[in-house]
Amino acid sequence: MPAKLIEREMRTENLPHIWCPGCSHGSTMRALCQAIENAGLERKNTIIVSGIGCSSRAVGYLNFDTIHTTHGRALAFATGIKLAKPQLNVIVLTGDGDISAIGGNHLIHACRRNIGITCIVLNNNIYGMTGGQYSPTTPSGDYATTAPYGNIDRDFDIPLLAKSAGATFTARVTAYGINEAIKVMERAIRHKGFSVVDVASICPSYYGRKNKKGDVVKMLQWQRDNSVPVKAAEKMSKEELQGKIITGIFNDEQYPEYTDEYEKIIERAGGR
Amino acid sequence: MSKRILMQGNEACVRGALKAGMRFFAGYPITPSTEIAEGCAVELPKVGGKFVQMEDEIASMAAVIGASVTGVKAMTATSGPGFSLKQENIGYASMAEIPCVIVDVQRSGPSTGLPTSSSQGDVMQSRWGTHGDHPIIVLSPSSVSETYYLAIRAFNLAEKYMTPVIFLMDEMIGHLRETVEIDDNVEIICRKQPDAPEGKFEAYKGEENLVPVLPVFGSGHYYNITGLTHNTWGFPTNNRAVANELNSRLLNKIENNRRDIEAWDEYLTDDAEILIIAYGGSARVGEDAVDMLRRKGIKAGMYRPITIWPMAEDRLRELSQRIKKILVIEHNNGQYLHEVERVAADDAEIEFIGRINGAFILPEEVTEKAEAM
Repeated sequence: MPAKLIEREMRTENLPHIWCPGCSHGSTMRALCQAIENAGLERKNTIIVSGIGCSSRAVGYLNFDTIHTTHGRALAFATGIKLAKPQLNVIVLTGDGDISAIGGNHLIHACRRNIGITCIVLNNNIYGMTGGQYSPTTPSGDYATTAPYGNIDRDFDIPLLAKSAGATFTARVTAYGINEAIKVMERAIRHKGFSVVDVASICPSYYGRKNKKGDVVKMLQWQRDNSVPVKAAEKMSKEELQGKIITGIFNDEQYPEYTDEYEKIIERAGGR
Repeated sequence: MSKRILMQGNEACVRGALKAGMRFFAGYPITPSTEIAEGCAVELPKVGGKFVQMEDEIASMAAVIGASVTGVKAMTATSGPGFSLKQENIGYASMAEIPCVIVDVQRSGPSTGLPTSSSQGDVMQSRWGTHGDHPIIVLSPSSVSETYYLAIRAFNLAEKYMTPVIFLMDEMIGHLRETVEIDDNVEIICRKQPDAPEGKFEAYKGEENLVPVLPVFGSGHYYNITGLTHNTWGFPTNNRAVANELNSRLLNKIENNRRDIEAWDEYLTDDAEILIIAYGGSARVGEDAVDMLRRKGIKAGMYRPITIWPMAEDRLRELSQRIKKILVIEHNNGQYLHEVERVAADDAEIEFIGRINGAFILPEEVTEKAEAM
């Protein structure tokens, strides 16, 4: 018997999901459902958009109007949806490769516009769907099928990138800290403007195995033991923060939202 | 009520689209289509519509599809290099059956090519630019007036058949100024919506004419849209039988309805002994050439495809069985020529004049070749 939350929010006929045993995407998807309920979103007015990759397959299971788009383009599709119908709540579900590699341009420009979209990044530091290639968030020195001698690329800090590009709400949570994840996602959904929540996720099948991170429990315990709340991190040195996951809300600012601004253009042009 | 207005081809495209009910445009600056984006930026807010200049061509195409799933008629406009970039999401719109209009004001390629020179080099790309076997409708106007009315038809076909429609202009027509007689009394088609209470809906079932009824997002039907092969509920599947059914329906959706979609024009074909085949900008050259040949006593006529795809090939076959000399003229190296050969090579002698340097073919070149045939 699925839990009541799952019965309400998911297309149970499509379950079980396709993710590997131990993948954190399932529990993050459930947490998102809880956050949507807690934020009080009306199902009819809520659109969930995703790109391509493991994380993006979530939309098939979510009982909303859902659209699984092309690789990296979820935010561009979502921009069209939100701008065409600003009354809709638009949530984007994406992964690290989808949003910060092929979709990197769309990410920075959605941030810059401060359009009212909530972007949840299921960041597992790897391309899982294609079997474990390095992504822009694979830490330097780690291994992947396409980094057999170690990754020489520097890794992106997605919330920092988003904040620098103009996102008015950025945060990071972990798959381990699921209760905090629900709370932060709820705040991101309620935020007026563009919000980004980076969910530090685990991929035991590809990232974990390739980098000898141990089993699922070990990977989650590592998250527990290495998470540093943003307040505590402010008092720590760069060296002390090496290899740590800084969690919490990095910024929560008010700035005119894009579709509101466009309404002013319509007024100026005499269209209202 | 009708009024006569002098306008540019690109402007006629904007006006036609607005008349059709376009209320969303996403684009990226590119010559020679930029006037379309500029026109939309001015006009859309006046009617409560939205214009957005996206970060790139790919995003523009994506935003157009996003707007369309909410039920808003949406368009983008570009030229060769941008058309290449849009192919990814044009394929998505084709697979997911999202109506939208993509304008390609062709310029000379390949690559960045001759940005301010006309061309018809994107004809095959308009049919096969995106990967996989997919349906598409391509329309090509050959005057400013036709640009206006055909832009309306582009939206009508998109909404009726739930498909992207490529509006294949060329620089010659895009930057041409002619008088358009605007007739307000035109047919406007909006996509069908389900006659069902809110709740789960089998969106991709396809009706008798094979066209699906896709509820607009926000109407309470909670279905999934994907570019993956999907079942009738929109959920991804690898099932071979389902894949075959979906892909066949997608292709037959256009094929079975081609009588309704196909459009072409004929000029003096009744007694013609030589048939010029041209479309878009090259049809302007062709028409002049027919007149010049007639003045010389040569019975020339012209067949002008308006729907480039699907090609009105039954009519072309009929003509080629009667008129044994065909001269194809295109501002490219012979792209549609192959389609003409496919249909007419058994019955008629086919010659070709092309141009790949950004210049136009001159009517005199056509008459000279025709006279030698």
